[in-house]
Amino acid sequence: MQSKGNNYSKSDLHSFLGNHHSRNAVIQNQLSQGKEGGICCEDRPNIYCHGKNHKDAASVRATHPIPAACGIYYFEVKIVSKGRDGYMGIGLSAQGVNMNRLPGWDKHSYGYHGDDGHSFCSSGTGQPYGPTFTTGDVIGCCVNLINNTCFYTKNGISLGVAFTDLPPNLYPTVGLQTPGEIVDANFGQQPFVFDIEDYMSEWRAKIHGMIARFPIGERLGEWQAVLQNMVSTYLVHHGYCATATAFARATETLIQEDQTSIKNRQRIQKLVLAGRVGEAIEATQQLYPGLLEHNSNLLFMLKCRQFVEMVNGTDSEVRCFSVRSPKSQDSYPGSPSLSPRHGATNPHLHSAGADSPTCSNGVTPPNKNKSHNKYPGVSSASSSSSSSPSSVNYSESNSTDSTKSQPHSGTSNQETRCVASDSEMEIEAEHYTNGVAENSSTRIMNGTYKHQEILQAEDGSLGNGVAEDSCASRQLCGGNQAATERMIQFGRELQGLNEQLCREYGKNATHKKMLQDAFSLLAYSDPWNCPVGQQLDPMQRENICSALNSAILESQNLPKQPPLMLAVGQATECVQLMARVRSGSCSFARVDSFLH
Amino acid sequence: TKCVHLPPEVTATSRHYVDRLFDPDPQKVLQGVIDMKNAVIGNNKQKANLIVLGAVPRLLYLLQQGSSSSELRAECAVVLGSLAMGTENNIKSLVDCHIIPALLQGLLCPDLIFIEACLRCLRTVFISPVTPVQLLYTTPEHQTVLFNHGAIQNIAPLLISPSYKVRMQALKCFSVLAYENTQVSMTLVNVLVDEELLSQVFVRMMQRDQPIDMQLTAAKCLTYMCRAGAIRTDDSCIVLKTLPCLVRMCSKERLLEERVEGAETLAYLMEPDVELQRIASVTDHLVAMLADYFKYPSSVSAITDIKRLDHDLKHAHELRQAAFKLYASLGSNDEDIRKKITETENMMDRIVSGLSESSVKVRLAAVRCLHSLSRSVQQLRTSFHDHAVWKPLMKLLQNAPDEVLVMASSTLCNLLLEFSPSKEPILESGVIELLCSLTQSDSPALRVNGIWALMNMAFQADQKVKGEIVRALGTEQLFRLLSDPDSNVLMKTLGLLRNLLSTRPHIDQVMSSHGKQIMQAVTLILEGEHSIEVKEQTLCILANIADGNTAKELIMTNDDILQKIKYYMAHSNVKLQLAATFCISNLIWNEEDGSQERQDKLRELGFVDILHKLTQASDPNLCDRAKTAMQQYLA
Repeated sequence: MQSKGNNYSKSDLHSFLGNHHSRNAVIQNQLSQGKEGGICCEDRPNIYCHGKNHKDAASVRATHPIPAACGIYYFEVKIVSKGRDGYMGIGLSAQGVNMNRLPGWDKHSYGYHGDDGHSFCSSGTGQPYGPTFTTGDVIGCCVNLINNTCFYTKNGISLGVAFTDLPPNLYPTVGLQTPGEIVDANFGQQPFVFDIEDYMSEWRAKIHGMIARFPIGERLGEWQAVLQNMVSTYLVHHGYCATATAFARATETLIQEDQTSIKNRQRIQKLVLAGRVGEAIEATQQLYPGLLEHNSNLLFMLKCRQFVEMVNGTDSEVRCFSVRSPKSQDSYPGSPSLSPRHGATNPHLHSAGADSPTCSNGVTPPNKNKSHNKYPGVSSASSSSSSSPSSVNYSESNSTDSTKSQPHSGTSNQETRCVASDSEMEIEAEHYTNGVAENSSTRIMNGTYKHQEILQAEDGSLGNGVAEDSCASRQLCGGNQAATERMIQFGRELQGLNEQLCREYGKNATHKKMLQDAFSLLAYSDPWNCPVGQQLDPMQRENICSALNSAILESQNLPKQPPLMLAVGQATECVQLMARVRSGSCSFARVDSFLH
Repeated sequence: TKCVHLPPEVTATSRHYVDRLFDPDPQKVLQGVIDMKNAVIGNNKQKANLIVLGAVPRLLYLLQQGSSSSELRAECAVVLGSLAMGTENNIKSLVDCHIIPALLQGLLCPDLIFIEACLRCLRTVFISPVTPVQLLYTTPEHQTVLFNHGAIQNIAPLLISPSYKVRMQALKCFSVLAYENTQVSMTLVNVLVDEELLSQVFVRMMQRDQPIDMQLTAAKCLTYMCRAGAIRTDDSCIVLKTLPCLVRMCSKERLLEERVEGAETLAYLMEPDVELQRIASVTDHLVAMLADYFKYPSSVSAITDIKRLDHDLKHAHELRQAAFKLYASLGSNDEDIRKKITETENMMDRIVSGLSESSVKVRLAAVRCLHSLSRSVQQLRTSFHDHAVWKPLMKLLQNAPDEVLVMASSTLCNLLLEFSPSKEPILESGVIELLCSLTQSDSPALRVNGIWALMNMAFQADQKVKGEIVRALGTEQLFRLLSDPDSNVLMKTLGLLRNLLSTRPHIDQVMSSHGKQIMQAVTLILEGEHSIEVKEQTLCILANIADGNTAKELIMTNDDILQKIKYYMAHSNVKLQLAATFCISNLIWNEEDGSQERQDKLRELGFVDILHKLTQASDPNLCDRAKTAMQQYLA
């Protein structure tokens, strides 16, 4: 037997969050022990006891507290041997509690003891609680962070609430006292004996029910108007002119924007989505004079895209050289439809509920350096730049706009998020663009685009929508020499524009990256099948398309983002806030479970 | 038929309609039914008259006759359907006339119009609250009929219907079919629904996020299947799913109706299994949770909300009886659980007041609970005495339905055990008469309990009590009980006799007054075809008699009996040999007067040889007993 006070090997227990919501959010929880304790964890994950009397009691506890935002936390302890007297305590304790005592005896410490079956709530005297436990029993401890209670289980049977009004930041704790006591902790690495999933499903249903039955009361009429407005503005925003009109007629409401304006926007969007960016720029300049002149960032993005489309052979400036008529390409299969695509949430929003437990646990910073990868398989690369004269003014007043539109530029795939507090901005930006596609297949609108199918189709045709009919059409600028020259000429102009902007506003890393990516296409003999070929994906048009749409709407003093998406963003942010203030229910109140 | 007072003119027209149903000409009968149909439509008075005048049995007769034309049968069904549309009393009358089986039989007819009329009528009858829907399928025969017609195979796929209502109805149907039906239950466990075992489907339906009604009904199905022996009580779907689900149904969060059903089902589930009782007793503080069942209507609801008060009042009885039932089931085997129950707040007081509640259901459940707890020696000695539970129990015994009486008298048996401190006050309260009257009941259970209680009472009692018992019971009744067809009654009566014939002075006294009858009864039993236990008990009585001073002679002078004792000493059953040897041993005991003569007589009769043989017996007890007896001769 080892002497007290030395040779305590540490035991690393990988503890899963009890809440499986958190999707494998692993805490590297260690069980640590008191200095004088008679416990060793040599043969991990078993914890073995050498003590003789109550002075020899010692506890081990997890190195990380239970994260509030996980909602429901659960772990189990198997009694491998009750040792001499079976004086074992299983429970919770706050930081700073004396580890040389069984859990429950001291302030901010809670335990269920095997010898008498009593529960100890920060007191030396226990209350009759459950049965005694001994060798072979599996004792579970569940902390419900929604109502701050705790119950235990014995061999898969719930013993009922043991403690109420628990404080936050408790650590799972196991205490042993007499020689030979051995226990084995399970933080989820093995299946639990108790059906914790079933228990969680009840709370999930409870919280969903609470949300679904949230009393509206006398404001019922008001709510209807709000909802109708949300639908209507959403339809208008995306230019569903006929649907919006029909909806307005049916609900006897008014549309704020006039029909012509909607149709104009729709036309411009269609042009962008068809890859005819040059025409789109022209139309915008014609219909909304001054708009692009005051949005140099947007203009630059458009021009970059136009260049990409020239490579693609879809832009009218190069298509006029092509044998095929522009019209015939209006609706080629790879082109994105005008319909916005909504996943349940975008990856960032998605993470709000899911990753927040990790966040509050302080283990993995959420979303930091997380790839903003909207399309599976997307990659970006840099390329050499070429020069061209600049032509567009870069005004300071557009800076806000530019930050918002940046994530949706063609190079946003590898967008790096730096600070968690930026999330608000991210959300706005995400919804602002609206055409963002998500990993999830949940869709809001009818007639939307099936993302996966497109990708598959394009994989088959090597990622080029234009090249659907012949090998030749997959050549640069449609294989036309004059078109290629025009493209190079355009590239120079673009380079010039960039330089001009740099002179006026200073260096802009995003612009530089965009330009590099676009120009690198020329470095490959088969741009569609190169490391930066993803840019040629017609799906990439969606970001710029919605950026342009929003800019137009804003210039008309209309909301640049539909209230519906604002509401979704707000709800998502609310859930994140709940996680930050340690409201346990947030893990069961996920926005995406309400988006069907 | 009821006595009715109808104005003569009304009766006359109505009577005319009924009379026409008896016309020999089928064509006229048909016209009569059609006219009747037109007359009753929308006329409740006319409907009532026709029912009173006995139109229903005749219509049913015509409807069931194979010789009736299909048109006539259909018209009859239409008229019956029309009658059912009237008041609730009409429906009751129709149901009393056994309209349901007749209409159900009608569904087998190939004529669609007739079937439609029957269905219409059935529908009207069954949507009425006065018709118990169980009429359709609760009896074992109904279950079997449905089973034989493939109900299980046809209903099972509905359990995974996309419609909640359909799933729910299918589930309910299974719960009724499986109840106490081994055949159905055994089939159910092997049924696959979409490649999944039915029990697993039920388990899924018990998941905590499912609607409560579904969880509860699925738990019922599994409970019934388990009780019918189709699922083991240690199966994880019972231990880890059904039982916890039912405990959850008892929680305060559930509706009062759900709590009642949950508790009753749980009580039923674990009734025969101590392990389940142990698990339930520690699940979610069930024992404490049940205490809440007694708090309705709560004082809060009385003041704040009349509607709530009404609701609470309506369910208060149901809640209490369900809680008592569950406590009874919980405490039926395990001493620790009983202790836990009696230590629950005000538990004994609640039982005591439950015993005198107006609702028979509550009284029955309360006495059941008391009975369950009375199996504990410790509780009998402590809480039962402290709360003088014998008082309300005695009161309950004065006037109660048989069901209650059975439980109450059974509890009384336990309270009369010699270590129970309640025994004395009960004796003083004049319980003997009451128990004696129970022994005259038609119900075997009551006779057993009555005589059992007397037996317990007579155990080690003083002469006065024994005398009172014999006097109150009367020898006639005593000997009637000795020929009772129920062997339990016989056993307890013999037990009573044995207790009466304990210590020597008592033996002599009883035998001096009733010796002749007792010896007669003993002879009869030993000659009759009875179980080993009964005969053993009877031989023990003889052994007691043989222990008396004067009573001995009753045996010694009875050669017939002595031959019988001899016979049983050589019997193949050791127990009987032992009892018979014991008897002889008492007769030849040395230190008593006249032992020498008895020894001589018995030697003459060849008992010594038998004893000698028995000293070689393989059974050590018998061997010892025989040796001890032989020593009496040697001394």
